Parts: sequence; structure tokens; C-alpha cells
Amino acid sequence: MKLIGKMIQLKINDINVTVEQGTTILDAAKKVGVHIPTLCHLNLEDFGVVNKSANCRVCVVEDEDTGKLVPSCAQEVKDGMRIQTDSLKAVMGRRTNLELILSNHPQDCLVCVKNLDCELQDLAHELNIKEIHYQGEKMSHPKDETSFGIIKDTNKCIMCRRCVTMCNDIQTVGVLGPLKRGFDSVVATAFHLDLNQTSCTFCGQCVSVCPTGALTETNDSPKVWRALNDPKKHVIVQVAPAVRAAIGEEFGYEPGNILTGKVVSGLRRLGFDQVFDTNFGADLTIIEEATELVDRITNNKTLPMLTSCCPAWVQFIEHQFPELLDVPSSCKSPHEMVGVLVKTYYAEKNNIDPKDIVMVSIMPCTAKKAEAARGELNKDGLADVDHVLTTRELARMFMEASIDFRKLPDDEFDDLLGESTGAAAIFGTTGGVIEAATRTAYEMITGKELKEVNFKQLRGIEGIREAKVQIGDLELNIGIAHGLGNARKLLEDIRDGKSKFHAIEIMACPGGCIGGGGQPYHHGHTEVLLKRQIALYNLDESMPKRKSHENEMLIKLYDEYLGTPGGHLSHQLLHTTYSPKERI
Amino acid sequence: MRNKILDTSTLDKELLAKLDAFIDSLEGDKQEHLIHVLHKAQELFGYLPQNLQLYIARKLDLPGVRVNGVVSFYSFFNEKPVGKYTISVCMGTACFVKGADKVLERVIELTGANKNEISKDGLFTIKDVRCIGACGLAPVMTINDKVYGKVKPGDVDEIIRHYRSIENES
Repeated sequence: MKLIGKMIQLKINDINVTVEQGTTILDAAKKVGVHIPTLCHLNLEDFGVVNKSANCRVCVVEDEDTGKLVPSCAQEVKDGMRIQTDSLKAVMGRRTNLELILSNHPQDCLVCVKNLDCELQDLAHELNIKEIHYQGEKMSHPKDETSFGIIKDTNKCIMCRRCVTMCNDIQTVGVLGPLKRGFDSVVATAFHLDLNQTSCTFCGQCVSVCPTGALTETNDSPKVWRALNDPKKHVIVQVAPAVRAAIGEEFGYEPGNILTGKVVSGLRRLGFDQVFDTNFGADLTIIEEATELVDRITNNKTLPMLTSCCPAWVQFIEHQFPELLDVPSSCKSPHEMVGVLVKTYYAEKNNIDPKDIVMVSIMPCTAKKAEAARGELNKDGLADVDHVLTTRELARMFMEASIDFRKLPDDEFDDLLGESTGAAAIFGTTGGVIEAATRTAYEMITGKELKEVNFKQLRGIEGIREAKVQIGDLELNIGIAHGLGNARKLLEDIRDGKSKFHAIEIMACPGGCIGGGGQPYHHGHTEVLLKRQIALYNLDESMPKRKSHENEMLIKLYDEYLGTPGGHLSHQLLHTTYSPKERI
Repeated sequence: MRNKILDTSTLDKELLAKLDAFIDSLEGDKQEHLIHVLHKAQELFGYLPQNLQLYIARKLDLPGVRVNGVVSFYSFFNEKPVGKYTISVCMGTACFVKGADKVLERVIELTGANKNEISKDGLFTIKDVRCIGACGLAPVMTINDKVYGKVKPGDVDEIIRHYRSIENES
């Protein structure tokens, strides 16, 4: 139970406000509908993410009694306080602070990847800045474009520290931090290393909260355009579960619209030869993963088993817990499974040389870009997946091609690797993978039909959840964590021999893939993520089949090609290995 | 090893043993003692190369960037090798108005090393520092632990000559 603290009375713009002690002026103002512009401030309350560095000074307001400007995001209310948010002093104070930030900004907005999606740009507009009166020295740091997932352009950094909060407090990856001081101070990696030399997981949560273009995803669309325009190439695309629940936001839809049909027809318009569904790969992952779990339980092998669909999480365990590499499932992630099947099963069936196939994945994720480049994920020197585009990059490609997304008709995925069940749909949210696995494991273990497929105890948004599921005689202990800091807690328990779980689902991003580093920017609005989550559960409800093992194309795939789940060929194609990495 | 600069295995084993012993002797939360550990490490190694910073980060279970952040924040810590003698010229307000810039200029001329650089003979490292709290003696210059007060640019020749002669004798 939350204790109610002392109540404080104050006036904001002459409006009486009563709030609990400890409330900031910003939150008190929000309560009475008074808007105060902010920049460094970020509060994703539902996910425990708060950045309160109070260093941009854009949210300053005037304390009438002292005549001083105070940062409303950090200053707590006091009894009898009188605050003006729109006095000349407050307005000019905000404007001066923003102008000073802008005086050290490259201002190449027209060609910046964040153009029209930039909080700094929005503020310059909101505060009516038409001229920058300060001409100072500008930073000139090299741009880090060495990694496969994230571009770091330090010159666009405004030192808001949102990424530092994400990387250290929420994800506990500890790659980004402040270095030096004064004018030389900079948010950087240790020793200014390139990101790919550090233990960065490429989860992209820094990207998802960066208010400017200082942290963005690598732009892989030029490679995809080239492939689409190469007549010798057979270009195939697949779409991840969480993409369909978010891409509409880039085209003015309310969050939580599932727009699979439009995405599919849009991809055909772009010229892809086949449009497959990563959800098919998700169903396949469940078959392989559930088989592995049943094997590990019945044969007393390593437990708990951890899901392995999230590449940022895999990278995390390799760097941070290299001694625990036997706990994740050996299953490749769903899009890698689809990728390898396209270059084997599909290629053989259609008599196409796999060398001529270009496999493109549309993912809500920046870590998938780095994953696709992993040496382990290729067959005979051919990468399972060639290029990964984020949800945002695909939206930009549609715009580039003048495709009117809202007018696109609804289309179906191509047949061979296009069918999916409701179990696959929920892969995009925290708790979804383990729920899908439980549905299949139940029937595998008991041989009986599972009547109630909704495991509500596995759902929610708390950072760490646990549940017991009765499967015949076996009581299965399941753990769920999203956000790598939460994952770390469960991993420490495993390392210390204290874990009681049989299976644990881990997703690196708060909320799971719905909150992935490649999704449309939420700009601090948590309800966006919650609506995407609800949309995926509704999609699951609406599907005629809701258990992965009932996917008919999947059954055909095993009959015609793979043999048995967990069998020799499955292992060769659908499973992978992990290797210890350094922590920097 | 992807990056040689970060290879902790090239660090001096004997000095590391001493550093380990110091860290082990610290009570309570060792992460809280980061600055002490860095002081000790600099005392032992003379400076804090990147692989040593990384070693300390791992030893204290801290991210490398946190250690590097502290090291790069304080001008006391050296990330590059330093000369046998560190000449720090105070550029605080009092020293500055009394002509510390001229003193620094002379030091640079005589040693041939610029600010934050080491002289070719490896003898001197030059630093301009903020107020060292001896304003009554302005302008002030320190060489290692020795303080020189009311220094005139003309005095610098004699001081430098003194340190060179010690070296020549040994």
C-alpha cells in the first residue's frame, strides 16, 4: 500500500494546486493542465524509467517570491509557493537556454535522419526561435559508424543523459557515460572506443530515448534499394510480430492498430519477390524451444532454460555472464530461422541458387542488425539474413517511394513461410514467447488438448514476473524479465544457484519488442507501448489457431524437409552457439 | 583480444599484486573507494593507462566508462605517461593576475614540452592547473611535491637547471 504523504498547496499561474509532498513543479503543473516544455526530462513511469538530470534547463519557471528561475522537472513543490510558467522572465530564460544548446548544434536538420521527429527541433519551433544569438565554438567529434546497429554522432548530443540513464540504470550494460568536463565533456564509451569494441548489446534503448540525432540506427535501406533494383537478385522479405502493431504510427494511425495487410502489400509495391512472415519463424521457434525444454526437464539437463529470441539479450549474457552460456536455449531467433529456411528449403523447392537470394528482415530492433552479422548465423558462408531494416526504416522507404500507406490494400503473406498462429503474434510482447511455449509444451508433455490457452498469469508489464503453470504432474516455474537490468537479477540468482525456475523468458527492451529500439519513437509516452501490447493480445484472440504446433505449413515443413523437431537437420539449421565475450 | 590497448595481461604483475592487496584491504563497498584506488594505482604505475583503468573497473565490478569518466574528470589523474617531474603552474585568478602565464610560457620554452605533454628527455611533464590554494604565494608553481612561491619568469631557468643537474649527477 502506498502511504499518502503530506499535501502541499501552491499556485501555478494563479491557479490553486494541491499535491502530495515530493511532487515536482512539472508534475503539479501537469495536474492542472499547465504545459511546461521539457527536453532532458523523461519519465516512463510504467517501466520504471526516469531521467531527472535537470541539466538542459529548458523547463525553468519563475518562483515569484524569490524572482529566481527554477528547473520545474527537479524542483519539488513547497507550501505557499507561487510559480509563473509564462512570465517574461520564464519565457526568456527558456529561450536563452535553448538558444545556448542550439549554438553548439550542427543544425543540419534538413538532412538529419531525425528531421521532423526530433524533440530539439520541435522545441525550437515551440519556443519560437528564429535566430540564434550566440556563436560559440562547436564540438567536432568523429561519427562512430563502425557498428552494425547504431550510429553515434556525438556532435548532435545535447548531454541530456537519457541514454546514460537507459544504458546504466535500466539496462545495466554500462557502455555510455559522461567523460571529461566543462566544454570538453561528452557522453561517450570508455576511452572513446567504437561501439562495436565495447560490450554494447545494440538493444537501441539509447536510440529510442535520444531526443536528437545523436544516436540513431544504421541506415541499411540503400543496400536494400540496390538489391531490389538488381535483376539477378531474388529479394525476399519477412516482417516481425511487433512491427505490424507500430508502423501505423509513422503514418498518423493511433497506436495499437494492427496493419499487417498494408505492410504486406506495401512490401510487394516496393518490389520484393516474396513476402514471408517472421511469425512463421516464431511458431517454428516454439516447436524447437518447447522440444528442448521438455528434453532438458525429462533428462535432468541444465535448468532453467532461457529463451534466446532476443539478440540484445544474447549479447548481454555473452559479455556479462560468460560462465552461463549453457542456460540459453540453442534455438536461433525466429527471423534467422526463416532466413536459413529461405536459403535452403525455399531455394531447393523453387530451384533458385541461394547465392542469388537476398534476405531482408523488417524488425522492431537495432540489435537484429548486429545479430544478422554474427559469424555463427550463416550456412556455407551465406548469411541467414542479409539486411535488417527497422520499423522506422521501412516507413521511410515507403515514404521515399511515395507509397500512400493509408491507401494500401490488405494483402496476405506468401504461402510457404507465411502462415502463423496466435501464439506467434504475442512474441512481440514481454511474456508472449513463454506463453506460446507453454501452450505447446503442455500438449507435448501431457498428450492432452489444452482447453484454456490464455495464461493470464504470464501477462503484464512488471519488470520481473513469476508464475506457476500446472502441466500434468509437473508444476512448471516460469520467470519473465524485460529490461536487461531485470534480466541481470535473474541471472545473478542462476549464477548463485538460487534460481527456482524451469524456464525464463528474457527480452532486452522494456515491454519486449513492442518497445524495441527500432520502433516508431514513443517520445516518452508509455501508453503507446501499452496499446501496442493490447493490440498483439487482441490479434492472438482473433486468430483461428492459437498453438504453434497447429500451424499447417509448419507440419508440412517437418514432414517434407526437417524431419523431427530437435532432429539432426533441425539442429544443423535452426540452432546456434554462443561464445564468451569481454566486458568493457 | 580485439584491442591491444585494453589487454590487461601486459600490466606489471608485481605492481598489480600491490594494487590488489590495497583493494583487498579496503573495507565496505569497494565501489565507493574508486578514487582511492585510482590514487593508489597512479602512485604505483605513475599514470593510468587504459588497460589499467579497465583492470580496476573489472576488479571493482564497475563499467569501464565509469572509471574512465572519473579519471578524465580530474586533472590530477594522468592517462598518459608522465615525466619524472611534474611541473604544475597554477593558473588560478590570483596567480594569473600576477603573471603565471609568463611563468608557464618560460617553462614551456625551457623544457620544450607543451601543456599536458612530456619533454623529450622524459624528465618533465607540464601542467596548467586551477587554484592550488596558495594564493598568498602567487604566482605559484609546484614540481612534484615541492612548492615554489612568488616565481618570476626569470627564476624558472635556475629551477629547471637544478633538476637537470640532479639527473646528470645520478
